[in-house]
Amino acid sequence: MTVSLSGDWRFGKGKGHPATLFDKRHEIPNVRSIVFTPGDLTFWDLSLVSFLKKTTDQARQKNIPVDISLLPQGVQKLLALTSSAPPPDNEMPVARVHKSVLLALGFSSLRWTHTFEDTLEFIGDLILSIGRFIRGKAQFRMVDLLQILRDCSANSLPIVTLISFLFGIILAFIGAAQLSMFGAQIYVADLVGIAMAREMGPMMTAILLAGRCGAAFAAQIGTMTVNEEVDALKTAGISPIDFLVLPRIVSLAFMTPFLALYAIFMGIIGGAVIAKIMLNISFVQFFTEAKAVLTPTQFGLGLIKSFIYGILVAYAGCLHGIHCGKSASAVGAATTSAVVVGIISVVTAAAITTYIYNVLGV
Amino acid sequence: MSSTATIEKPKIITAEGKPARDVHIAIRDLEMSYDGLLIQRNLTFDIYRGEVFVIMGASGCGKSTLLRHCIGLMRPTKGSILYEDRDFWASSEKERINMMQKFGILYQSGALWSAMTLSENIITILERYTDLTKSEMKDIAHLKLSLVGLSGFEEFYPSDISGGMRKRAGLARAMALDPAILFFDEPSAGLDPISSRKLDDLILELKESLGTTIVIVTHELASIFAIGDNSVFLDTLTKTMIGYGNPKELLKNPPRPVIREFLTRGEK
Repeated sequence: MTVSLSGDWRFGKGKGHPATLFDKRHEIPNVRSIVFTPGDLTFWDLSLVSFLKKTTDQARQKNIPVDISLLPQGVQKLLALTSSAPPPDNEMPVARVHKSVLLALGFSSLRWTHTFEDTLEFIGDLILSIGRFIRGKAQFRMVDLLQILRDCSANSLPIVTLISFLFGIILAFIGAAQLSMFGAQIYVADLVGIAMAREMGPMMTAILLAGRCGAAFAAQIGTMTVNEEVDALKTAGISPIDFLVLPRIVSLAFMTPFLALYAIFMGIIGGAVIAKIMLNISFVQFFTEAKAVLTPTQFGLGLIKSFIYGILVAYAGCLHGIHCGKSASAVGAATTSAVVVGIISVVTAAAITTYIYNVLGV
Repeated sequence: MSSTATIEKPKIITAEGKPARDVHIAIRDLEMSYDGLLIQRNLTFDIYRGEVFVIMGASGCGKSTLLRHCIGLMRPTKGSILYEDRDFWASSEKERINMMQKFGILYQSGALWSAMTLSENIITILERYTDLTKSEMKDIAHLKLSLVGLSGFEEFYPSDISGGMRKRAGLARAMALDPAILFFDEPSAGLDPISSRKLDDLILELKESLGTTIVIVTHELASIFAIGDNSVFLDTLTKTMIGYGNPKELLKNPPRPVIREFLTRGEK
């Protein structure tokens, strides 16, 4: 069979060109061989090469010889190039396609095992590093620690102020609507004060820090991993845990309680504003009532929580940064994971600590 | 090839037929794998003191992986790497860190610590291993940067300088502790031909003036022939070494056609 190619064979130019000669719409009778001729072929690009490639591949499967020797040299060369590409190496890791469910499950289990081992190793290294820090033998730069401290504290104040204030307002709104039905409006101060001090202040602060600092930690350390800076630390005999992770963990563990304390006060101020506007409770009345219920114990319980949350947020950020892959997209994935894991850890820890406080009766 | 094949100590082919010298690094029956996938096996060769040794092979053959095994970033599946007859991976972590003090490594990207100035990059290593005063460390950092032509750039950050300068600064950091062995991972990658040539000249100067053993991973033919005293060729297909010796000798008498093809940019 002789096939004459004519017209414009460019992407988006020609009309009605089939993807292959063996297209269902173009049924061809039994043929023994195919010869392509240029006919009045005006323009062509890879659209024609794609058509010829599919056709020759299908013809080969049907044992039909194809002759393209009459076509332009460029077409022949490009077709030869597409045919000369070596098949992918079966052992290449990227080529692993898990067709079997069991195989996929097996590989998934192995991956989880690796992740679990990496996490345990990280925790172990971190504990050793904290030990070195306490003994004054950890190697990190004081300037890095101070810079991270500033980033986690002063630079986080605007967002903590805004969110805590608004959260106090929301709590007061909910309380005002319900308590005014019983004539117990004054207890809005108790509600906002206790909720902010024991739970919401520390938790909101930690969630904000997870999004702000946890993500930044993962991105910073992840980028260093991609740029081989972490490898350079290891081969220089400097522990990346001491040098990169420890200052971040220490910074957040130290600063989160202070930020939480600030968030608690901002939340109470937000509540006081709503109490004044909606319930006509003066600031003096509000703060007197709040002061009566907010014992040092209430603050202490909240600050213990915020200390734990700070460690968890920093841990999630650093863990995902250190175990980041070697590409730009891996840094993005590490950052996302750091935030998600950070928030989940904080909320889980909140539930556990609240339960423990409840059991202890504090 | 069976993994239980007898490993014989390879005989070096030198261009001038020089007698064998002092072995600095010995690789014995090394097998490397990543995530369960075999990368290379049965690697046995010697790297002699004071020579420029080139690890070459096609892309993806495991050159950089071999380097990562040599510098302590990856543990071999099997076999050993001996530095002055001391098995690196059989040593304790403390001993390994002591051995690593004698290494200087220039990574492909330079891998300078981006939060530090060029001077601080060098001082950080000096602080780790020496008891020098701050001003002595600053002087050494200045000297090392001068050696690579970066005098005056002490207070620059890596992001403020060009790729070629970052490589040179990386080399200055690699030389911070006057290492006995310098490892280079694709030193010419991303450099223009002139910068690449200058880096080659610098490597030769270091070898000649300091007697440093230099191990280079590269597939830049110009560099291989210009500076390589000895080399190993890693094959992707058979996943083992198929050539060992002086690169010019390997070109004259290639043990396998693929080596000649590689060294002549695809001529068969």
